Amino acid sequence: MNPVLHLSSSDWLSLFNHFASLSLLAVGGAITTAPDMHRYLVDETHWLGEAQFNSSIALAQAAPGPNILFVALMGWNLGLNAGAGLGGGWVSVGLACLGVLVSMLGIMLPSSILTYTATRWAHQHRDKIGIRAFKLGMAPIVIALLLATAWLLTVSHKQPARDWPLYVLTAVTTLVVWRTKLHMLWLIGAGALLGALGWV
Amino acid sequence: MPENQPLNQPRSKTDLFLSFTILALQGFGGVLAVVQRELVEKKRWMTREQFVEDWAVAQIMPGPNVVNLSLMIGGRYFGLTGALAGLAGMLAAPLIVVLLLAIAFGGVSDSAWAQGALRGMGAVSAGLIAAVGLKLISALRSNPMGMPVCIGLAAASFVGVGVLRWPLA
Repeated sequence: MNPVLHLSSSDWLSLFNHFASLSLLAVGGAITTAPDMHRYLVDETHWLGEAQFNSSIALAQAAPGPNILFVALMGWNLGLNAGAGLGGGWVSVGLACLGVLVSMLGIMLPSSILTYTATRWAHQHRDKIGIRAFKLGMAPIVIALLLATAWLLTVSHKQPARDWPLYVLTAVTTLVVWRTKLHMLWLIGAGALLGALGWV
Repeated sequence: MPENQPLNQPRSKTDLFLSFTILALQGFGGVLAVVQRELVEKKRWMTREQFVEDWAVAQIMPGPNVVNLSLMIGGRYFGLTGALAGLAGMLAAPLIVVLLLAIAFGGVSDSAWAQGALRGMGAVSAGLIAAVGLKLISALRSNPMGMPVCIGLAAASFVGVGVLRWPLA
């Protein structure tokens, strides 16, 4: 059962502060800070149920757009809990929107301000030797990180006997996207269909 | 590939906003692969080399990588309001979509077929990311470190992160 909450304004403020402090730690994507969000939202404050937490992440990954939106869904669910679920009518919807606003502003504001200021500075000094050297030196590492990410995603399925169709699907996708101009949505759709039918 | 043609630019902040909205709405399981194909190959706002450099910066800054990228690109053409237009494009429409999905399918995401679909889409998005990495290797040709050094560095990074599982930071 999802909790029913009575949140004070200081609770909302501490929600904002928690996400804002995670914002600057989220190097490599906000998903790296998900364990700490779980500790705070589920274990400590009991503002979110376990299932709500997990489905927020799963749904944001299935939906189009940046995966950071799982934070918005957590805020949404938390607001619904504060207003007794969707049955609470417009009050619930209002609180849910407040949850989205507070959590997204918290997770986005600090990192965006830092990124914007730092990259403006770097762009204005883009001809300085140190900045050229840094970007050029990073290039092979960044490319390797992309390949390593794909590799880690693939081997996270650890049972070759059962998971080999997934490996094949990943390999075929890689080849098709690398070598052809086929629209990626076809591939995503095919993957979803094969998965839903239980073939991969 | 016509590498030597002059690059294009976003025509206006509206163009920037709409372009990023369309990108983001195509990005299931991560937006990076779509961003690379649209901005580099179709719209030609940047070269592969520039994309690699920007992606490197977007990745080392805190915050979601593709959102950082939209801030950087928007800011470069139109300053702060451009950055906000890029950011809004990346987030606004997908936010509405994901909330509608949450309202409609709140409980469905636990069912077996939905879990299976996520599994299949995850495998495809791993392939998309790998393909972006493979395509960008050609951007290393113009790197002053030279191809052998670049490949060596890339191989060492891949082994460190992908096999030995060293943390990034």
